[in-house]
Amino acid sequence: MRRDIFQAIADPSRRAIITLIAIQAMTPNALAEHFDISRQAVSKHIRILDECRLLKKEQLGREIYYHLDPQKMKEVADWIEPFRELWEVKFNQLDQVLQNLKKKK
Amino acid sequence: MNTIYQMSFEVDKVNNKINVKREFNSSVEHVWAAWTRPELLDQWWAPKPYKARTKTMDFRVGGMWLYAMVGPDGQEIWCKANYLAIEDQKSFSGRDAFCDEHGVATDDFPGSTWNTSFKPLGEATLVEIEIDYKNLSDLEKIIQMGFKEGFTAALGNLDELLNA
Repeated sequence: MRRDIFQAIADPSRRAIITLIAIQAMTPNALAEHFDISRQAVSKHIRILDECRLLKKEQLGREIYYHLDPQKMKEVADWIEPFRELWEVKFNQLDQVLQNLKKKK
Repeated sequence: MNTIYQMSFEVDKVNNKINVKREFNSSVEHVWAAWTRPELLDQWWAPKPYKARTKTMDFRVGGMWLYAMVGPDGQEIWCKANYLAIEDQKSFSGRDAFCDEHGVATDDFPGSTWNTSFKPLGEATLVEIEIDYKNLSDLEKIIQMGFKEGFTAALGNLDELLNA
């Protein structure tokens, strides 16, 4: 199945996994401890993230450690950034309008 | 009082949705007015250096807001919003499209459906916008269409101003 980066970030558990392994490489077991969902469910999320090619794997002894591939994440950020910035600018302008409304009262 | 509010901006590519949340340091009454009155919308709706200029606005279910985004070179991008549902001071939803100056939609660029809701949070107001696209690739098109250039150029201008 062809997957893209946006499928990776569409799910809250996967976003949480991304956040965790962005800080440090983790084994699947260590990751699973952070979630209330079953280990199988965590494994499934890891598999999807892997299929989205977001993960880098490192074998240390018997354990596999997962890292985040920051370049892949940047693709999402780059793509959506202009739109996000657009809203941010608009909202800052709106703050100003609201402040003026308050003063008039 | 200066409060810096964090905006939340989430993309749900599976459902082709974008969810934006932001708190404003004002009453629901004021925030609602800023979103629904043309003379106020014109002051903030277009991201700098664009300016929004309302031609007509009929804020009723079935009504339309017809406006232009005017660029620094005077170039006009005509847009319209058709209001689909309104719950006073709570939420309103509608459909956006690019159009000509008479409000006739142009097919070449895709529109979106959105719902904007307002919730009081003490003295402040939480605004939540959910935007639905037929495809998120539509959004890519919109970004590519010019806001990206216009916007990046605007930031460039700002850099120049700040460095001057």
